[in-house]
Amino acid sequence: MPAPFAGTPLGLASAKVALYLAEIILSGRWKPLARAGVTQDQGPAAAHGAAQPPPRPSGSRGAAGGDAGTRGRLSPGAPCAFKRRRGGGGGVVPPAPHDPDISCIPASQPAAHPLRHRASRSAAMAAGQAYSEEKGGAAGDEGQLLTAPGLLHRHDDLKEMLDSNKDSLKLEAMKRIVAMIARGKNASDLFPAVVKNVACKNIEVKKLVYVYLVRYAEEQQDLALLSISTFQRGLKDPNQLIRASALRVLSSIRVPIIVPIMMLAIKEAASDMSPYVRKTAAHAIPKLYSLDSDQKDQLIEVIEKLLADKTTLVAGSVVMAFEEVCPERIDLIHKNYRKLCNLLIDVEEWGQVVIINMLTRYARTQFLSPNQNESLLEDSAEKAFYGSDEEDTKDAKAEATSLVKRKPYVMDPDHRLLLRNTKPLLQSRNAAVVMAVAQLYFHLAPKAEVGVIAKALVRLLRSHRSVQYVVLQNVATMSIKRRGMFEPYLKSFYIRSTDPTQIKILKLEVLTNLANETNISTILREFQTYIRSMDKDFVAATIQAIGRCATNIGKVRDTCLNGLVQLLSNRDELVVAESVVVIKKLLQMQPAQHSEIIKHMAKLTDNIQVPMARASILWLIGEYCEHVPKIAPDVLRKMAKSFTNEEDIVKLQVINLAAKLYLTNSKQSKLLTQYVLNLAKYDQNYDIRDRARFIRQLIVPTEKSGALNKYAKKLFLAQKPAPILESSFKDRDHFQLGSLSHLLNAKAVGYQELPDWPDEAPDPSVRNVEVVRGSAGLPRAHQGGGGHWEPRWRSSRTLTRHPASFLGTIQIHRWWAPRAAVPRAACSPMAVLAPSQLLSPAFGSVRTYELLHRMTGEGLSVEYCFSRRPFPHDPHMVAVQIQISNNTDAEVKSLRISEPKPLSGMRIQEFPEIESLAPGDTASVVMGIDFCDSTQAANFQLCTHTRHFYVSIQPPVGELMAPVFMSENEFKKEQGKLTGMSEITEKLTLLEKCRSDHAIVQQVTSAANVGRVPCGADNEYRFAAKTVTSGSLVLITLEKREGAAAQLTVNSEKMVIGTMLVKDIVQALVQ
Amino acid sequence: MGAAFGGPKHRLTVKSSEFLHMANYRCLFLINASGDIFLEKHWKSVVSRSVCDYFFEAQERASEAENVPPVIPTPHHYLLSVYRHKIFFVAVIQTEVPPLFVIEFLHRVVDTFQDYFGVCSEVMIKDNVVVVYEVLEEMLDNGFPLATESNILKELIKPPTILRTVVNTITGSTNVGDQLPTGQLSVVPWRRTGVKYTNNEAYFDVIEEIDAIIDKSGSTITAEIQGVIDACVKLTGMPDLTLSFMNPRLLDDVSFHPCVRFKRWESERILSFIPPDGNFRLLSYHVSAQNLVAIPVYVKHNISFRDGSSLGRFEITVGPKQTMGKTIEGVMVASQMPKGVLNMSLTPSQGTHIFDPVTKLLSWDVGKINPQKLPSLKGTMSLQAGASKPDENPTINLQFKIQQLAISGLKVNRLDMYGEKYKPFKGIKYMTKAGKFQVRT
Repeated sequence: MPAPFAGTPLGLASAKVALYLAEIILSGRWKPLARAGVTQDQGPAAAHGAAQPPPRPSGSRGAAGGDAGTRGRLSPGAPCAFKRRRGGGGGVVPPAPHDPDISCIPASQPAAHPLRHRASRSAAMAAGQAYSEEKGGAAGDEGQLLTAPGLLHRHDDLKEMLDSNKDSLKLEAMKRIVAMIARGKNASDLFPAVVKNVACKNIEVKKLVYVYLVRYAEEQQDLALLSISTFQRGLKDPNQLIRASALRVLSSIRVPIIVPIMMLAIKEAASDMSPYVRKTAAHAIPKLYSLDSDQKDQLIEVIEKLLADKTTLVAGSVVMAFEEVCPERIDLIHKNYRKLCNLLIDVEEWGQVVIINMLTRYARTQFLSPNQNESLLEDSAEKAFYGSDEEDTKDAKAEATSLVKRKPYVMDPDHRLLLRNTKPLLQSRNAAVVMAVAQLYFHLAPKAEVGVIAKALVRLLRSHRSVQYVVLQNVATMSIKRRGMFEPYLKSFYIRSTDPTQIKILKLEVLTNLANETNISTILREFQTYIRSMDKDFVAATIQAIGRCATNIGKVRDTCLNGLVQLLSNRDELVVAESVVVIKKLLQMQPAQHSEIIKHMAKLTDNIQVPMARASILWLIGEYCEHVPKIAPDVLRKMAKSFTNEEDIVKLQVINLAAKLYLTNSKQSKLLTQYVLNLAKYDQNYDIRDRARFIRQLIVPTEKSGALNKYAKKLFLAQKPAPILESSFKDRDHFQLGSLSHLLNAKAVGYQELPDWPDEAPDPSVRNVEVVRGSAGLPRAHQGGGGHWEPRWRSSRTLTRHPASFLGTIQIHRWWAPRAAVPRAACSPMAVLAPSQLLSPAFGSVRTYELLHRMTGEGLSVEYCFSRRPFPHDPHMVAVQIQISNNTDAEVKSLRISEPKPLSGMRIQEFPEIESLAPGDTASVVMGIDFCDSTQAANFQLCTHTRHFYVSIQPPVGELMAPVFMSENEFKKEQGKLTGMSEITEKLTLLEKCRSDHAIVQQVTSAANVGRVPCGADNEYRFAAKTVTSGSLVLITLEKREGAAAQLTVNSEKMVIGTMLVKDIVQALVQ
Repeated sequence: MGAAFGGPKHRLTVKSSEFLHMANYRCLFLINASGDIFLEKHWKSVVSRSVCDYFFEAQERASEAENVPPVIPTPHHYLLSVYRHKIFFVAVIQTEVPPLFVIEFLHRVVDTFQDYFGVCSEVMIKDNVVVVYEVLEEMLDNGFPLATESNILKELIKPPTILRTVVNTITGSTNVGDQLPTGQLSVVPWRRTGVKYTNNEAYFDVIEEIDAIIDKSGSTITAEIQGVIDACVKLTGMPDLTLSFMNPRLLDDVSFHPCVRFKRWESERILSFIPPDGNFRLLSYHVSAQNLVAIPVYVKHNISFRDGSSLGRFEITVGPKQTMGKTIEGVMVASQMPKGVLNMSLTPSQGTHIFDPVTKLLSWDVGKINPQKLPSLKGTMSLQAGASKPDENPTINLQFKIQQLAISGLKVNRLDMYGEKYKPFKGIKYMTKAGKFQVRT
């Protein structure tokens, strides 16, 4: 077999051949053949049916495609289709028209050369016909009748290779075929030969066959069915990756007849043991849905099931499926909301984007607006100052009235959870993730917190041009609503001469939005530089921007106006014209003071040719003709002279000017007006003729003229409201930011509206998740919080290596030790930031950790928590509550701990053996561990009657102690003994929400099992505990300083414990 | 829009309603600067090439490739494109999707190609079309990104090397990895397992760029420092690295490779990570605005046009300013002259210069700056006879490099490795470059 051609360099000779052939086609010599070949006259599109890619308007585009095709065929070693065709079949037939590759005319700029384009199109038609022959040759008997015999052998060489026994030949053939597909050429006639190789052992051949299959299955449905059984076998393979790949290809084959098979496969894969297969199942859902939307209900069931999945691998994909199949079923999210929030940080980047966007919508339906109180205070102050935005004032008023009705706002802890868990993602390297978080904050966060996104967005401005473009669009919208947020970054929006025009204009928009009384002088100085730019579109935009600054900021109106008037003497006419238009708008605001400028502009009519500018000047003079009584009639005289040569828009304004002068100064202008109106009467444009007729009737009193005549002056010279120069980005935020619809400012297909905040928050308890099934031992209020999902950022992956970083991430919410003084309230993970929720038992959750996952435990799942009760059998042990659930469908017998392998000194008190645990049941037992005052993990085996599982429990440092009660004096005395090396101090800044006494105590006591010590000073908090094993004292002092500053001191002779404890407590107080 | 074209036929229009909720990529077209589609890849059903006609129309309207809008709406599709390496990567989508989601992905595709083939050019892509196809197949499933980590991809499909190409032709073996892609299942998806090296090395390049605008009088209008730490890590096994700085407070805004443990950074300002294998960007940062930026060069310029004269004067001198005693190298000066300038006759004191009378672009390759003898470029400009003097003065764009200096003063304190027993060879390099450094005249 000949050498491969895929790598052959593009030969000059072959390019010449292509050109030559193209010439033949253009010169019309192809005609006879086209007639001989095909008799249908419907044209190529009709001949193929909808499934076929349209023949050649596309192909006509690719000179390269043509070249490449020829190259393939003519390169020295390649099996030459020409030769074979000549020899075996058509004989006399010239090759060109048969070969669609060659008929790709090198006409690459059809839009520029309409004639050529047409020519190429007709050539393409011919190609299309030839092409339909090929199709016939491959597909059916009817086609064969019409086909020139030579074509039957078109890809024989490839077919032979595919049929051979050698994998290397098959591979070579598949590579060539894939290369054809990549160039957009039709390889559908090879389908039967290719599909045979679907079960090939060689993995690369197999993959390329998959590529082919997915591309052509839709066109060759019957043949595609041949491959299905292979995939069905693959679905049962013991290797998870093969199962996944089989499902992936099976679901990509768009053949309606296999919908039931796909459905079954997806359902099975959704309960696969492997998360990777489940992920693939989630990917398959939208594919099936697009093939047959009747499957929606069944698919929703699968989605519901997969949404409950607890692995990060699945989360992104299933939310994507949710968004495509049933975005309206927000109820499916409730139970998974907290889990998704907590998993988010570990989901892969693309999944993060999808989840964040979905959660933004979700939050808008479930929580109350965090800005309902603040907006009134801040907005109205700002708005009154600039006094431009009427609408917002209205909003504020509306809010003010509704505010009266509302209770004081408390943020739902779940709302807070979302905000907190998305924030770190602003540091992602992926621009799409950063943008997603930014829009989430913009739409959901309290006004005071939105600012954090500015820095990240500004960072994106240093990225590629296309990223900049999208980000700037969004910044432009945001900067209207939240100007303050971007003000510190003003200079990041300064324009460089090397920026592309579209970026310049967007930056200009942002700069204009950011302008205020304090920075306007800097901004105007920048603008002055921009006006001298070589990029005239940009200069025009700058002039508009100056106009907008002048309207928005009264202080600089005169300065701007003067600046613009100076531009009137600029050499570039476009600059002058744009200035005139903007000046016109500005003058309209206070015309009386500016008659000088109007006079100056009147003079410009002699020179300036841009129609829009001329029209603007004429309108100005007409409108304020009383301010320039001498000049106005003269301008009209000049304009009357040149009337016939003016553009339509100017003519209309000339008529307008004439009418206004006639009404105010009829003595001087009567004749001129008549003259202009007569010219207009015979104008070619009917608008102008109409206008002239209408105005004549209105202003020139005749017998027949109606009642309106009396009011003509009022009609024409009424006070007109000044135009408002506003940003084109105003109100764009009704589209979800970061969306395609926002960028286009038009609703894109499939856009999901961002709902408005509800007036009343829906029931928050829908998000509670029942953690404990069954019963035994644990308190009832053990629900909600999505307990065992610890927010983390990769840190927990290396638990043993970085105990400190791991501990740092653990949330602090667990049961109090049962003491009389403290209410037995649980605090939710969000309680940190929503103190008012602290006492509500509804949001309770013990911090539970996973000991054995359902997957690894083969249906047995085990969780544990630190109950903070003294362990009855041994006071030196930490009590660990273990909860075992049997999710299998068989009884689990003789559950016990065996072979504890504690590190030196560590002791484990096993729980009594559980004789049997029925399916679906849950048992709770308590075991004791003496950790020897270290955070080393305790390792042991958990045994059932059939299996042994190696597990380990690692305590957070705060659990290694028990509270002690002491008086203030005792505390001070003990503290005095533990100084120097035993004292660890750390300065910290308290979070706003952690500043109240209540919150501080709450945070500290939940981070560590300590008791409060009374204290005289009210800015100091003291806590004391003893380590469980050695009984060493641990003393904690937190001193509040000015503002949010605070100092934490821990005294303990166990330095390691002290250090770790400081870290944990700081974490609890600043996060 | 379509009318101008006599309405290109959309075969999908009939079906479009049933695709209502199908987001994301329908297909990807690669188009070169002269407007030829040289590669296409479809997901889901096939979309006709004619959809690109809208793109060509936009391409024509925009004078430069840079100005082609990244998002172009057409009656039934949206075309999102990025332009890199003189190639347009055009994604066709049909429904609402965050534009950055697509654009960022396209950039990732380009990065991957570059990673695979060394350069991402039309010729390279055409020559490796099968590998390109295989890679794209793994990167997207049904239009949703699947594996975008280059480490996983390389495990799935081996990048072509000359040696492998030769071996493959002789033995008929393949580019497709024969192991299964375990990386996708791993908890550290960015690192493949079983990495082995005889020489264990970890190199880090701290590269800082100064973006600045200097006004006419030489005062700084805005200046910022952006930095990145690019790493080349070739270490056996699963090493766990920590990198600490002497002065981490300098870093104002950071973004990380996903391998960096965020919590550790938040609490201790230490970069702790299990590195990907090979080259990757560990960190990008921005130096806080409070720190004054040292500007290492100055440009003295005298560019003047006179009314009524067809000659203008041109004179530039470049000199060092705050260089911390280091040499400034690789200096390049580029300036876009006004349209009215016909030609320039200039003499440089060192280096070479070119003026292109068509694009009006003046570029001067200066090389090293010797503080004793400052490089200068002097001469005259000939203007169009009779035309009035240009309104605008050209801006000067500057490029330069300073080795062994991070201009912000950032210093790496130490690099430690845990989790593996061997002793790696470690290296840190610093460099400062001009980013978008512009002098207005």
